[in-house]
Amino acid sequence: MSRYPIELGAPAWDYAPAPESRAVARLDVGMQGRLHIGGEWVDAADGATFATHSPATEEHLADVALAGAVDVDRAVAAARAALPAWSALPGAERAKHLFRLARMLQERAREFAVLETLDNGKPIRETRDFDVPTAAAHLFHHAGWADKLDWAGLGASPRPVGVVGAIIPWNFPLLMLAWKVAPALASGSTIVLKPAETTPLTALRFAELCQQADLPPGVVNVITGAGATGAALVRHPGIDKVAFTGSTAVGKDIQRALAGTGRRLTLELGGKAANIVFADAAIDQAIEGIVDGIFFNQGHVCCAGSRLLVEEPVHDLVVERLKRRLATLRLGDPLDKNTDVGAINSAAQLGRITALADAGEAEGAERWSPDCALPERGHWFPPTIFTGVSQSSRIAQEEIFGPVLSVLTFRTPEEAVTKANNTPYGLSAGIWTEKGSRILWLADRLRAGVVWANTFNRFDPSSPFGGMKDSGFGREGGRQGLLAYLEAASNDATGAGGGIDG
Amino acid sequence: MSALVLPGAAVDPRELDGGEASLTGFLRSLPGVDRVGLEARTARLATRSLKHDTKRALIDVAISTMDLTTLEGADTPSRVRSLCARALRPDPADASVPHVAAVCVYPDLVATAVDALAGSGVLVAAVATAFPSGRASLAVKLADTGDAIDAGADEIDMVIDRGAFLSGHYGRVLEEIRAVKEVCGDVHLKVILETGELSTYDNVRRASWLALIAGADVIKTSTGKVSPAATHPVALVMLEAVRDFHLITGEPRGVKVAGGIRTTKDALRHLVLVNETLGADWLTPQRYRIGASGLLTDLLMQRQKLTTGVYGSADRITLD
Amino acid sequence: MAERIPVLRTAKLFIGGAFPRSESGRTFEVVAPDGTFLANAALASRKDVRDAVVAARSAQPGWAGATAFNRGQVLHRIAELVEGRRGQFIDELRAHGADEHAAAHEVDATVDRLIWYAGWTDKFAQVAGSVNPVAGPFFNVSVPEPIGVVAIIAPQASALLGLVSVVAPALVAGNTVVVVASQQRPLPAVSLTEVLATSDVPGGVVNVLTGQVAELAPTLAGHLDVDGLDLTGLTGLPGASDAGTDVDATALEAAAAEGVTRVLAAPSVEPDFLRTPRGIERIMTWCDIKTVWHPKGT
Repeated sequence: MSRYPIELGAPAWDYAPAPESRAVARLDVGMQGRLHIGGEWVDAADGATFATHSPATEEHLADVALAGAVDVDRAVAAARAALPAWSALPGAERAKHLFRLARMLQERAREFAVLETLDNGKPIRETRDFDVPTAAAHLFHHAGWADKLDWAGLGASPRPVGVVGAIIPWNFPLLMLAWKVAPALASGSTIVLKPAETTPLTALRFAELCQQADLPPGVVNVITGAGATGAALVRHPGIDKVAFTGSTAVGKDIQRALAGTGRRLTLELGGKAANIVFADAAIDQAIEGIVDGIFFNQGHVCCAGSRLLVEEPVHDLVVERLKRRLATLRLGDPLDKNTDVGAINSAAQLGRITALADAGEAEGAERWSPDCALPERGHWFPPTIFTGVSQSSRIAQEEIFGPVLSVLTFRTPEEAVTKANNTPYGLSAGIWTEKGSRILWLADRLRAGVVWANTFNRFDPSSPFGGMKDSGFGREGGRQGLLAYLEAASNDATGAGGGIDG
Repeated sequence: MSALVLPGAAVDPRELDGGEASLTGFLRSLPGVDRVGLEARTARLATRSLKHDTKRALIDVAISTMDLTTLEGADTPSRVRSLCARALRPDPADASVPHVAAVCVYPDLVATAVDALAGSGVLVAAVATAFPSGRASLAVKLADTGDAIDAGADEIDMVIDRGAFLSGHYGRVLEEIRAVKEVCGDVHLKVILETGELSTYDNVRRASWLALIAGADVIKTSTGKVSPAATHPVALVMLEAVRDFHLITGEPRGVKVAGGIRTTKDALRHLVLVNETLGADWLTPQRYRIGASGLLTDLLMQRQKLTTGVYGSADRITLD
Repeated sequence: MAERIPVLRTAKLFIGGAFPRSESGRTFEVVAPDGTFLANAALASRKDVRDAVVAARSAQPGWAGATAFNRGQVLHRIAELVEGRRGQFIDELRAHGADEHAAAHEVDATVDRLIWYAGWTDKFAQVAGSVNPVAGPFFNVSVPEPIGVVAIIAPQASALLGLVSVVAPALVAGNTVVVVASQQRPLPAVSLTEVLATSDVPGGVVNVLTGQVAELAPTLAGHLDVDGLDLTGLTGLPGASDAGTDVDATALEAAAAEGVTRVLAAPSVEPDFLRTPRGIERIMTWCDIKTVWHPKGT
C-alpha cells in the first residue's frame, strides 16, 4: 500500500461520555419510600426504614419503608378485600386495566429505565432496550388473556387462584414484577409483591403507575423489605399462591414452609447453564451468543450461560476470539449509553463472586480478564474467563451469578449432553451448531426448561420460561405460564389437585 | 479447518492453487453466518452513542476515507472537474475539512480527473471490468482495466462475475480476479462483490474470502446500482473476513462500503463496525473506504452544526 | 383320591423387571377385612426403595426415548393382559372386601382407564405444547417432557383402579415409577406386577413395593433422585402403622423440598376413581415444559 500518498494516522477512538440524564428518574419527587397497601401509601407500622444505594457509586438513593409482620398482614388483607370485586370484573374490563398499565409503562419507559439503572447498576442500554420494553410487552400480552381464560386449557370459566404472594429478585426488578403482576391480574387474582431489598425503587414507581392508571385499590400491593419480610409473606395463611424467583436455597425454604398447607407454589430458581459450541458453529454469532449469555446484566441472570462447553478442535479458537471480543466490552457508568457491563448489584454479591473466582484460581483454572480499569467507587467485577476448568471445579458447579465464564471441553455430542446435564440445575442451555438434526437431538436430551439453539438469553411474553430439577417448577409466560394463576372451575379429584402447576 | 484454525496453525489460503475442488472445499469449510445473530449484533452496535469530539473526529474520518463518486451515463468532463474540486476542498469556507480519499469515475473520465487532481493527494479510482454487470468477456474486462490504468488511474474497482459465483464456479471467479490483478500491478484493486445479488451472508463470506485469496487489496460491497447495497450486516461479514484473513496471513486488507450510504448517522455506524471488529487501526484510507456522493453534504452539515451549534441547510453546502 | 393342594403364589416385590423378595427378608400378613389370612407379602425396606429408585432412574431415558406410539402400545398391552386376568383381579378385589359386582366394575374400569391413557401418549403434547408467536425472527416451541422418576403412594381403598389411575398418567409422558401399593390391599398390585412383567413394559419402568407407607414414604420423599412425589395414597391410610410411626404428610412434603421435588399433595378424601379423569392434568403434573428457540434465517 506504499502507493498511498495519504498517511492519515488512525484516529484515537474513544467514545465520548454519553450519559443518560438522571433527572428523568425524579428521585427527589414522587418517590414515596412508603409501602403501597390497599391503594394508600403508608409507613411501616413500626416506622422502620432502610436505605437503597446506587451500586455504581454507592450514593444514597432513597429511604424506603421496611415492612414487618403487621404490614404483611395489612397488605394481604388489602389484597383479599380487593379480590371479590376484581375477580368479578368482566375479563374485558380487567384487560383494559392491564393494557392501560402496559401503555403507561411505555409512556414512562425512559423514567423507569433510568430509575432501574440507578438502583440496580445495570447498563442503561439494557434497561432501555430490554428490561422496560419486555416488561411492558408482558403486561400487554397478558392483558389480552383476561377475557380469554376459557382458552387457557382448564375448561370453561376457570377461577383465579386468589391472593398471590410474589417475591422477586434484584437482577431484573421491573421485569420480574411484570412476570408476576401480569398473569395474576389477568387471571382475576390480586397480588402482594415484595421487591428485592437492594432494588425496591421501580416496584414503588410501578405502584404509583397503578394509581395513575386508576387500578382498583388493593389489586396490586407493594411492600418493601428484606428477607424477613419475604419470609412472613410466603408463610402468611391469607396467601393462596406463592410465586418466587430467586435462589435455590431460598426456594427450598419456601417449599418447605408451604409443606402441608395446600397452597400453590411456583419456583424459578438458580441455574448453571451449559452453552455448547460445536466446531461447525457460526463462530462469530456463537461468540456473540457466549458474550450475551454470560455478560448480559453482569451475569446476574439465573439462566446465564456460565459453563461454556467447547468441542475440542475449536477450543483455542473460541477462547482467542472470546478474549478479543471481551477486550471491546465497555465497563463503567451504567447510565452511559455506550456501557456494556455495569456494576455488581451489591457488596455482598461482589463478595460471593470474588470468593468463587478465587476458588477457581485456587483449584488450578486459568483466569483471564481484559485490561479494563474498574471505577474506584461502587461494586465492580471485570468480565472474567476461566479456562482449563474441570467438571468438578466449584466454578463449574456452583452458580456464580456474576460475569464469570468457565470454559470446559467435550469430544462427542454424547459427552456434551452428559456434561451439560451433570448439575442439579436445569434452567437453560445453549447449542451452537449449523447442523439441524444435531440441534434437535441435543434439545431432546438436555435437561433444561429453556434451550436456546444458535441464540441465547431470548425472552418473550408468549414463550414459557422456567426450570427443571433444582431450578424450580412452574412456567412464566405464554398459556402454560398463565395456568399457574388459575384453578379449574370444578376440581375433579381424579385430576390434579395440590400445589403443582403443569 | 482453515479459517477455524488459529493464526500460525493454518494452511495459508493464498496457497490454494489446486483447482476448483480445493478452493470450493475451502470456501465451504468457512463457518456459517447466522442471519439473525448477525443482524442483532449490528442492530446493537447501531445504538452506540457518538457525541461531541468523537462525532467530530469521525466525521473527518468519514470524509477522508471517502471515494467521492459519480457513475452516471450522463457524466461529462465538466461534472467530473466539479467533483474533483469538491474532493479537494469539500467545504470552501472551512480549510480544516480534510480532502476525500479518492474520486471514483468511469474509465473514460479518468484522464479528466487525473488532470484535475494532479499532485493533490486525492487519488483517482476507476470502475472497470464491464461495470456494473460484469457481463463481458475476460478480454474486454482486461482491456477495460488496462485503459483506465493507462489513463492514470490509481485504483481499480472491478466487479466479480456473480453468475459464475452463484453457479458455484469459484475457480472461474478467482482466475478472473487474478487476471485483473495482474494487469493492475501495483495499482490498487478493489473487488466489488455486489452483495445485493449474493442473497445470503454465507455467500458474502465466501465471496469475501475468494476475493482476498485472489489478491484483492480491498473488498467492496456494491456497485451502487443494486439494492440492498452496503447494509451493516453485510459490512460486518466482510470486516470479519478481513480480520480473519489478517489473523491467518498477517496481511492487512481493506474494506469499502458503497451504495446507499447517505446520512452521517449511517456512515458513522459503519465506522463503529470497523472500530469494534478490526479496531481503529483500520480507519485509514489505506484500509477503509466509503463510496458515496450525496453523503458528503450531510457530513458537512453535521460538521458545521458541531462547529457553530446551529443546524444548517443543504442550500448552504456547495454541491460540486 | 386325595384332594389336590393348590400352589400358592409368593407375593414378591417388583423391581427392575425382576421379582425379588425384600432384601430385609421380611414379610407381612395380608388379611381380608374379616381377618382371614390371604397371603404373606414382602415387607419392603428402605434399601428396597433405594434399589427401586435406581431401577427406575436407569430405565427412564429409554422409556422417555421410546416413541409416543410405542408407549401407547405398551399401555394398551397392559390393558389387554389385565382383561385376560379379569377373573383373578375380581377374586382379589373380592378377597379385599369388594362385592362381586363392584369388583367386576372396578376391573372393567381399570382396563378402560389404561386404554384411555394409552390413547393419550401421542396426543397430550399437542394439547399441552405450543408454537409460540414470539416478537422476533425465531421458531419457538414448547413441549411437555417427563420430569423423570415419580414416587407414588397408591390409593388405599381403590387397590387396582386407583393404582392404575395414578401410575398410568405418570407413564404416559415417559416417567418411570416407584409405587407403594395399597398397604392393606396389596394383592391386585402384586398381580399387576405379573401383568407388567409380561406386557412389553421395559424392566424398571414400573417398580412396585408392598409394605408400610410410614416406613417407605420418608425415604422416597427425601430421595434426591426422585423428581415427583404423589401422596394421593396417604388419604385413608390406617392411622398408626405397624412400624409404630404415623405418616406425617407435612413432613413428607417438607422433605421433598430438599430436592425441589414436585409434589402432588394428599387429597382430603380419596378420589372417586370410577369417574373418567377430566383432562390431562394428572399427566401434566409429572411434566416440565421445555421451550426451544431457534432463529429463522437464510
